[in-house]
Amino acid sequence: MTDSAYVTDQLIAEDIDAYLAQHQHKDMLRFITCGSVDDGKSTLIGRLLYDSKMIFEDQLAALESDSKKLGTQGQEIDFALLVDGLAAEREQGITIDVAYRFFNTEKRKFIVADCPGHEQYTRNMVTGASTADLAVILIDARKGVLVQTRRHSYLCHLIGIRNLVLAVNKMDLVDYDQATYDAIVGDYAQFAKSIGIESFTALPISGFKGDNITALSAQTPWYSGPTLVEHLETVEVQSSRDAEGPLRMPVQWVNRPNLDFRGFAGLIASGSVKPGDAVRVLPSGKTSTVARIVTLDGDLDQAVAGQSVTLTLADEIDCSRGDVIAAADAPPEVADQFEATLVWLNDVPLHVGRGYWLKLGTQTVSVTVQQPKYTVNVNTLEHLAAKTLELNAIGVAELTTDKPLVFEPYATNRTLGGFVLIDKLTNATVAAGMLHFSLRRAQNVHWQAVDITREAHAALKNQKPRVLWFTGLSGSGKSTIANAVEKRLNLMNRHTFLLDGDNVRHGLNKDLGFTEPDRIENIRRVGEVAKLMADAGLIVLTAFISPFRAEREMVRAMLPEGEFIEIFVDTPLEVAEARDVKGLYKKARSGQLKNFTGIDSPYEAPENPDIRVNTVEMTVDEAAEHIVKLLMPLK
Amino acid sequence: MTQSLTHLERLEAEAIHIMREVVAEAERPVMLYSVGKDSAVMLHLARKAFYPTPPPFPLLHVDTTWKFQDMYKLRDRMAQESGMELLVYQNPEAAERGINPFDHGALHTDMWKTEGLKQALGQYGFDAAFGGARRDEEKSRAKERIFSFRTASHGWDPKNQRPELWNLYNARKHKGESIRVFPISNWTELDVWQYIQLNDIPIVPLYFAAKRPTVERDGLLLMVDDERFPLQPGEVPVERSIRFRTLGCYPLTGAVASEAATLSEVIQETLLTTTSERQGRAIDKDAGGAGMEVKKQQGYF
Repeated sequence: MTDSAYVTDQLIAEDIDAYLAQHQHKDMLRFITCGSVDDGKSTLIGRLLYDSKMIFEDQLAALESDSKKLGTQGQEIDFALLVDGLAAEREQGITIDVAYRFFNTEKRKFIVADCPGHEQYTRNMVTGASTADLAVILIDARKGVLVQTRRHSYLCHLIGIRNLVLAVNKMDLVDYDQATYDAIVGDYAQFAKSIGIESFTALPISGFKGDNITALSAQTPWYSGPTLVEHLETVEVQSSRDAEGPLRMPVQWVNRPNLDFRGFAGLIASGSVKPGDAVRVLPSGKTSTVARIVTLDGDLDQAVAGQSVTLTLADEIDCSRGDVIAAADAPPEVADQFEATLVWLNDVPLHVGRGYWLKLGTQTVSVTVQQPKYTVNVNTLEHLAAKTLELNAIGVAELTTDKPLVFEPYATNRTLGGFVLIDKLTNATVAAGMLHFSLRRAQNVHWQAVDITREAHAALKNQKPRVLWFTGLSGSGKSTIANAVEKRLNLMNRHTFLLDGDNVRHGLNKDLGFTEPDRIENIRRVGEVAKLMADAGLIVLTAFISPFRAEREMVRAMLPEGEFIEIFVDTPLEVAEARDVKGLYKKARSGQLKNFTGIDSPYEAPENPDIRVNTVEMTVDEAAEHIVKLLMPLK
Repeated sequence: MTQSLTHLERLEAEAIHIMREVVAEAERPVMLYSVGKDSAVMLHLARKAFYPTPPPFPLLHVDTTWKFQDMYKLRDRMAQESGMELLVYQNPEAAERGINPFDHGALHTDMWKTEGLKQALGQYGFDAAFGGARRDEEKSRAKERIFSFRTASHGWDPKNQRPELWNLYNARKHKGESIRVFPISNWTELDVWQYIQLNDIPIVPLYFAAKRPTVERDGLLLMVDDERFPLQPGEVPVERSIRFRTLGCYPLTGAVASEAATLSEVIQETLLTTTSERQGRAIDKDAGGAGMEVKKQQGYF
């Protein structure tokens, strides 16, 4: 009998130590159930728990009374109520968030994540899928392949779940008809092939009646494959693949109890490690050998992928959180431009060009996303042009990080290829991403070490490099005041350069317009140029409206602490508009000029500028004098 | 030949990884320590995660003054052995008003535990607190993230949880906000027991059966742990062989009749039992089926 998987009670009762010895050595399979609303996901999980005796008497009693009150199965037990744990879910009869449930059989232990079917909760489904080794995709035999079936299959495939099970459910409601089953499996096979799913396992089941769950059903004599539980018990666990690759361990934390011990703590993402192994620390590229693998229970001879360890190295080399310890002869790549797939998880759409935090492994860097190359319509698999990514959209875009990132393609290594984007202001997790590859010959572009450092450049000029960032409305007086400040610095024998908004748009940025993404890119480029000039030892003055707080912060982050001086040229809109030196406000008001700051495009004033000048109360000379005074000393 | 990790090895590695992420990213973490078996496992995992350094955060016991005497003893011993600082917090208002489980029912849990916890976190300025809750315990916990974000007023919004992908945890928060972190979310009761056995972790003796003075009330078997237990007229404590599957305030925690005196026997009994672990806890029955969810929204762990 195939349901022997569950018959462990006897061993527990007769020889608990034998049972524990057996249980201790089980491995673990994490899987998800997904599919369209009402395809019976929660019912199936309820069934698995019930059949594996993971439901206790008190829970069963509560379930029976709830079933009569809230259930959708008449007088019979509604297993869905067992997993839909939130009040709102029980009220509405739908699954909102992922529920994690646990059961085990004689061969294996399982963690199952029940994922929501509704499109608006896609982000919760992606959460559940990201840690799964296998996905059970349910289909209602009466309805066949639906939009959500496709969407979820695509997401599972995208997130890299290689083991897919197609469970054609509610077979009892189609009289266990083989032709119905075959037609659905045929339909699905066609779809699966079109999105690159190489293989899947199909089963006819009834979660409600228990057909082909733990025992082959007498109702489906035409089906001779494994039962669902048999399949789950024997399928190869994907995580064991991780052990095969070369060593990668992102460093989480440096353990320094005293001066004699320096350990690097982390979870091994792939490969294995032994004392004496040659390792390379990325991104620095420095090499050493592993001295010890330290644990509370004594040193280890070897550690493998999936274990949390503390390594010590034979040499005192620089290594801290965010670095990756890797096999010396097979290090991962380091780059700062990538192509990636993004799944947008937030109500606020992607802001092209804006800085987000990107967290990958233990690395956190600032990143900007370009306009998506395309988004995917998961129903038709068409690639659509898109300006941004909205909630639940899946798209491909290029990313640029402010610091080099140690990475591998997601298809090779989930830990070094999967990342999340975090909004810098709200701290929300806004997107999940998977790196494809690095762009622009990047693997081979390394930072070239130069002998004349930025300190040497600055010392020769006898000054401390700065970037004086003037921001304010059009017509506020930025260029005029910046010009006056530069003249004063020049008289003081300082080496300066003024980057002016209008002038830069005649050359470096003449390909950019005034839309929000273009304005962000305008500032990014100016920031990079200013940074290079500061590296050369100059005091750089910039005069740009630079309306968005986030971009000014992006430039601040490019420079060493204290070198970015934000100067707010504070002129009220009425005053600037009254001046209207270039006649632009008039044009904007009459609608001839679009996206004009202060009129139909926002200006986000600095909250805490390093220097503020009020041009209503101060003359140009007074403002310039005030700024120069606050810059002292210049060395 | 690749070595495949057992489920307990994977769970241990996951918990250690989570603890290290918190220490790396939070400013002032703390470990909630309730002296139960889950806390015992958490403490052991923390010692493993940071060895040879003692865990770089204090233990916080939000005390209701109504715990079992054996719990206080083990608490003090473990704090000393681990080399960690032990902070004991008792809500002064609850103490002043003499809030107790016999006279005040739900108010007891609310003031001593929920309010006490909020006060303690606020007073010490902790921005991340480790808890030993598991997803198999209760249905709203089954839905909670490992990094569970709380507003400045400690509220939990179950409909708006941060997506939590792979093993990437977003620990960013604004001033005043905090995160509750559950490193053993994915463990089951059996996992906890087996881990205790394999690692020889000290636990409160009340988990093992022994003759203890008891009375039966409202279907719960209560232990008369100290002289504060008000006996009703005619009520006489009876010596019974009992043990506890879960430990809380002694007047609120039901015992089970048992002869299981060793860890193996306890596990055997746990596996063969037909009621869930929290069944002996009065707290889950408050406010109908959604008791724990409501409590969590109010700031309970």
